[in-house]
This record gives sequence, structure tokens and C-alpha cells, in this order.
Amino acid sequence: MSSPLTAEQKTIHFLDRTSFGVTPEIVQRVNRMGMSAYLDEQLQPEKISDDLVEEKVSALKTIRLNSGELFDLYPPPKVAKERGMAADMMKAPRMIIYELQQARLLRAVQSQRQLNELMVDFWNNHFNIFAAKGADRWLTTSYDRDTIRPHALGKFRDLLLATAKSPAMLFYLDNWLSVSPSARMPANARRRGLNENYGRELMELHTLGVDGGYTQQDVREVARCFTGWTLLRPRGDAEFRFEPRLHDPGDKIVLGRRITAGGIEDGVQVIDLLARHPSTARFIATKLVRRFVADDPPASIVTRAAEAFHRSDGDIRTVLTTIIDSPEFFSPEFYRAKVKKPLEFAASALRITGADVRVTPQLIRYLGRMGEPLFLAQPPTGYPDVGSSWISPDMLLTRMNFAADLVGNRLEGARVAPAALSDTQALIRLVAPDSLSPTTRRALAETDEKEAPAILLAAPEFQRR
Amino acid sequence: MNPSRRSFLKSTGLGFLAFGLPPSFLVRAAGAEQNTRGKSLVVVFQRGGMDGLNVVIPFKDQAYYALRPTIAVKEPASGDERGIDLDGYFALHPALAPLKTIYDKGQLAIVHAAGSPDNSRSHFDSQDYMELGTPGIKSTPEGWLNRYLSEKRAAGSPFRGVAVSPQMPRTLAGRAPALSMSSIEEFRLRNLAMAGALEKLYSNSADPLFRQGGKSLFEAMARLRAIESRIPPSTATYSAGRFGNCLKQIARLIKADLGVEVAFTEIEGWDTHVAEGGASGQLANRLKELGEGLAAFYQDLGDRMEDVVLVTMSEFGRTARENGNRGTDHGHANVMFVLGGGVRGGKVYGRWPGLAPEVLYEGRDLDLTTDYRAVCGEVLTRHLAQRDLIKIFPGFRASGSLGILV
Repeated sequence: MSSPLTAEQKTIHFLDRTSFGVTPEIVQRVNRMGMSAYLDEQLQPEKISDDLVEEKVSALKTIRLNSGELFDLYPPPKVAKERGMAADMMKAPRMIIYELQQARLLRAVQSQRQLNELMVDFWNNHFNIFAAKGADRWLTTSYDRDTIRPHALGKFRDLLLATAKSPAMLFYLDNWLSVSPSARMPANARRRGLNENYGRELMELHTLGVDGGYTQQDVREVARCFTGWTLLRPRGDAEFRFEPRLHDPGDKIVLGRRITAGGIEDGVQVIDLLARHPSTARFIATKLVRRFVADDPPASIVTRAAEAFHRSDGDIRTVLTTIIDSPEFFSPEFYRAKVKKPLEFAASALRITGADVRVTPQLIRYLGRMGEPLFLAQPPTGYPDVGSSWISPDMLLTRMNFAADLVGNRLEGARVAPAALSDTQALIRLVAPDSLSPTTRRALAETDEKEAPAILLAAPEFQRR
Repeated sequence: MNPSRRSFLKSTGLGFLAFGLPPSFLVRAAGAEQNTRGKSLVVVFQRGGMDGLNVVIPFKDQAYYALRPTIAVKEPASGDERGIDLDGYFALHPALAPLKTIYDKGQLAIVHAAGSPDNSRSHFDSQDYMELGTPGIKSTPEGWLNRYLSEKRAAGSPFRGVAVSPQMPRTLAGRAPALSMSSIEEFRLRNLAMAGALEKLYSNSADPLFRQGGKSLFEAMARLRAIESRIPPSTATYSAGRFGNCLKQIARLIKADLGVEVAFTEIEGWDTHVAEGGASGQLANRLKELGEGLAAFYQDLGDRMEDVVLVTMSEFGRTARENGNRGTDHGHANVMFVLGGGVRGGKVYGRWPGLAPEVLYEGRDLDLTTDYRAVCGEVLTRHLAQRDLIKIFPGFRASGSLGILV
């Protein structure tokens, strides 16, 4: 496409990038109030009532519990046995992850705070933890709720500090076990020295980026700064704790800066240094532009977003506004340039069909087969955000099957009203107004009415946003 | 167990994790179809950085036991929980006992102090470098297995390059079409009424990413359906869990003569920063799954192993010294296995650099004496008859042959 976007295309493009998918209602809303006012509203999620979906989420038993309660109610099999609890599949720790997956999908489909949900998903992935790693089975619920969610549209520095102190991250990247090499520990202690895992990923993945200008020596020094940042009761009522006796009190130099604060403040000083480093502004800006604009982020928007990050002291709202307000945002070359990742594809299909959703194992399983089992990305990188990662033949096949099952009302947990699918032309206007490819148009013309919506949802156009 | 619970276990993606249930697939009566029997290379990637020093143990190296006071594997002798002697200097981890038979038959070669020469200790960079075949260069557009497929330009079986893994790995991604799948049985459209329309739609799409993906998908489904019924059942018992099942699927694809030239799978869980264990424990459990899987694959293919070479690799080894948590951190050189009919096995290859403090790489890790590209290059030239290695591994020149392959 090379001609400028029409007003209708602009609305679809804007909503495709700032929500989990277009619905007839949300398009009407934007048409009524204008994109700018709609965006302002979305940037203040606390002012948007979200009772409908939160009521469904509250029906899940684990979402509001703290890690101690979760451990008591969903103990590992060995503990359950010791406590004389009857073996019960529905009380196994993996039920906690299953409910997290349900909540994530429910909110993606039904929350009114679409931009906020999208950013919660983005930051969960940026600060990825693997929910099935040991104690993280009981810690991820709080991580999503108490660490990521409150800061999703806030200050990056606060978000970074919150993750550094979160039991889930302390456990996932092993920092809770990292102690000063000179700390006096019992001979058989599990903790007996420095663990570099967190120090490295903090710089490589959370802040500076791999080319952000740090060395192996910096990794060690950062790890030393974070010695003593540990947690109490990882399997139970987990809590961040700074242990002065485990902290390395010696001199440290990080990125050429002497860290002199001492105690817990060494780590805080590193967080401040990294959160405000130009490489971090550029790295976070690049990732956000990749999410909102294109796999290969255009340098002009990245530069502007990085400046906004720097100028606003890492204010995420300001950076997002800068990206979306960029003149290039509506450039035809970026129209449907992004491939939806599996959660985006599934949620957008459920949204556009107005499906009545009750999350079921089958739904969750589909996401896994498409390559995105929620909360279960094992490496600290999280899931990739480039299109080619998501369209291997197997993943493509799974998307086609999902579309067919959904439209055929064979998807357990999703009921689609026939009326929602009766007007193929209306659906097309929500997917690609005046921009459907001739091949897709022809395929739809040759298909009978009943199959047409499934073909549309399985077509390449709907795989993109 | 009521049906909803049963379907919960099967469905959430946690089933694998919890029970390691391999999805079974149907094998029907024989039919005939002409196909070609060719040579195959299978790459097994161990993601996370395997601790090679505890896998093939240098029990005669004086420094080994001093560096690892709590996690060392004991030298071979009678009794349990000891290394299995390979050549009087190195010992195999006891959890890998199933591989010893293959080693003794001369069809398993081991290369120690091998790996990628780049000094990155980032999992993700190191895996990328290794998969791209260009250590230190991240901008390489395709993986080295894909470059091989491009160079060879053989007749286009959609199965020339196939990954049995959750995602298409970087090493197989690139210009040449390649396929990834999780299982043969589930590789089909559930609504056949849509198949015709979708095939047409995708093959004529102006969107190259989806046209290519769709083309591979529909070709592969057609081929699989045509031969599915005559894939011989597997005779071996694979280890439970995803890895065993993936190897089993690869063995079936090879036995079905679908024209598999390179196959890829992976096994995770090697990032043993904490409580690594010695002869038993965390690493031992991973090795058990690895060893049983490889041994079952070897047995399953039987005589067909003559046409197959399997190579294992991991992005880096781990620190020579154990860390403060009875584990090891990201290190450098590692150990590789080369398995197959044409392999001159029963030997540990590679120059041993030693573990004395003054010879450790950057003062902490096992030094690297064999570039993994020398190992893979030899497999490519001798097994797959690739002449021009520089096209597969740009910028790399092997210094003479290792002699691992006949």
C-alpha cells in the first residue's frame, strides 16, 4: 500500500495497535470521541470501570491470594502428603498457572482498559519470569498483580525497582542466593558466593540491551551491588529482604561510576544509574516502537521516543504518546505491518466475533500450540516480537484450526452468536476496510456464507495488525 | 478422574511439564509411494549451557576435584554413583550409561573442549551465534542449517529441513523453506471443507511471509497424508517427555523416506546455576532424559543409522569452579557428541587444555580447542557431501580434518 490511509483505515490501524483487537462497539466509540480523546482515556485506566471482566476474574480462586495462601492451598505434592491432604488435581500448583493464563486471556478479550492490559502483557514479557520454575509457581500471581500491573503505564524506574525487589524475579534469576564472597556462611550453606545471573540480565535484557556498553567486569560489579537482596520464605509467605551480612561492602565500579551508597542503597543506586542511562532509553524505546509500529523499528520514531523517555525521566505514558503521535505512525508502510502474536490473534478473533468467553483448557492449549503458552516462556528474553517467529507452518496451521473451530462453534468455552457473523462485509470493514487483497476477496466470494467468516479469520490479513 | 480434569491435564500445556505425556499417533496399514532414501543430519541443541565438565569428566585432571568440592562426579571404580571409564582419562556421567554401549560399538564419538569461540556468556547471543554459524556476528540473516539447504538446492521435498520443536529455530530459518511441527498426527486441518479455499488463498497471497508459510504448510500436509499410513511403528522405548517424543518423530520422518536432509530438535533445562548435583540430582536428571532419548533413537533407526549422523551442541559450557550455590555459571568450552553409522567413535577427540588455573579461559572456564564448526563442517563434507564449507560457515577455515567421520 502506498496511498495515505483513509479515515476508516486510520481508525482500524490505531485500534489494532492500541488494543487486543477491533470490535464494532470500540470503532463506534472512537468515531464518536476521536482518537486523541480515546487515547487520553486509555492512558488513565484507573478511571475506566472494568467491572464486567473483573467479576469474571474474581470468580477464579487464586488471583487475589498472596503467595503464602497459595502455597497453603496449592502445595507441592510432597507437602500435601505430609499435611495429610487428599490428592486433588484441582489443588495442584499448576492450577495457579492455569488461572493466571485464564485471567490474562479474559482481560485481553474483555477488559475496557485495553491499552493497560496490552502494556501489562508487554512488561510481563520484557521482565519475563518462567512461572513453572520452582517457587515461582506460587510467586507469579503476585508478580503480575503487585509488581507489573501498578507500574504498567507509570515510571520505568519504579517498574524496574519493583521487579528487582519482587520475590518472583529474585527467585527466577537466582539473586536471592547471591552473597558476598567474603560473607561468613556455614560450611554447608546453599549460598556461598556471587551469582551473576541477575546482574547480567538486568543490563542485557531489562535496561541497556546487549550492545548497551557494559562488560563482563560490569556484570560482576552489578552482581556485587545486589548481594544481600534476598527473600524470606520463597515457598510460603515470600517477602523481599535486604540482609546486610550477605552484602559485599567493598568498592564497586559500575559503567565507570563508583558506587558508594553502601548497603541496600548500592543496588538502588545501580537501578537509578541504569534506568537513566541513554542506552536504556534507546533500548526501551526500540522495543516499544517494535511493539507499536514495526518489526524493524524506524529510526526516526525510536530517536523521538528515546528523547521522550530521557526528557520525562522514563515516563511510560509520555513515551507511548510520543510514538502514537508520531507522523510516521499512520504511514501506509506500517499499515498491517505487524504479525499478531498468538495472544493477539486469539483475543482479536474472540473480540471481533463477539464471542461469549469462558476460558477453557482447549483455549489455553491453542495458545500453546501457536507458540505462546502464557506465563511459560522459559528464557529471560520472553517471547520474540517479530513476525517471522510466529508463522511456521505448524503455527499457521494452528491458527487456521482455531478460526475454523471458533466460527463453527466447536471451541469449548467460546460461543459465537450467528448474528455476529451474518454480515461478511461488516467484518471485512473491521479487518481491512477497502484494503482486502484480491485473492482473499476472491476466496470469500467463492465460499458459502457459513464458511466465509472462518476463511476471513484464517486469511493472512487477519494474521496482521 | 472426570473428563474435565482429564482434558485439563491434556490441554493446558502443563501436561508435558507435569507428566511428560507424549501425544501418541496413529500408525495404519501399509500403502505404497515412491520416495527417496538419502542421508540425514540431526542436530540436537541443548539450550541453557550444559556443564560439559560434569558430563564427560576429566577424572585424571588434578584440578577437577579441587574446583568442584561438592558437585564433582567420582572417578570410575566399582560401586554406584561413579563415572563410567571411557579411556582411562575421561569418564562418562553415570546417567549416560545407555550411550556407553554405542561408544563401545564405535558409533559414538565425543569431542571435548569444543564449542563456539565467541566469549559472550549470554544464553541468547551465544545460541544465536551458534545457530547462525557466525560467532560474534548477529546480523547474519539465516541459520547455518538453512544455508546448507540453500546451497544444496536439491529437489524440493518440504521435509528437507524439519524442526520438531515448539518454534522454528534460528539455525533452520532463512531463505530455504523449512518446516517445524510438534507431531505428525496433529499436523492436519480440522475442517477439510476449508482446505481448498485456504490453500488457494495462501498460495496466491501477495504477502510473501504468509505465501511462503502457506506453501510449505500445504505441501507438507499433502506429503504426510500420502505416506502416513506406511511409516513403520517404532520399536524402541523413548524417554518420557518432550525430547524423547521429538526424537521419535524425527526417526519416523527419516524412516518414511520423506527426503529429510537436516532435522533439528532441542532439549532445555541445562542452566544449572543452583544445586546442580553430581552423580545424581538436577543435571543427572537432564542427562538421563538425553541419554535414553539418544539411545532409543539409535535403536529405533537400526541399520538406517548408516545414513544418519546426529550431533549435539550447547551454547557454552559452564565455569570450571562451582559457584556459591553448588551450581555453575555461564562458561566457555563444552563437550559435543557425534553419533552415527559412519562415525569413527569409541574415542574422545580434541586436545585437552587442562584445568589448571593458569590455562583456564579468562581465568575461569575450560578453554576451547575445537571450534564446533570444525565438527559440523566435517559432518557436512563427509556425510552430506557439501564441498564448499565457506558458504555454510563464512569466515571460518578448519585447520585440517578431525577424522571423526569415515
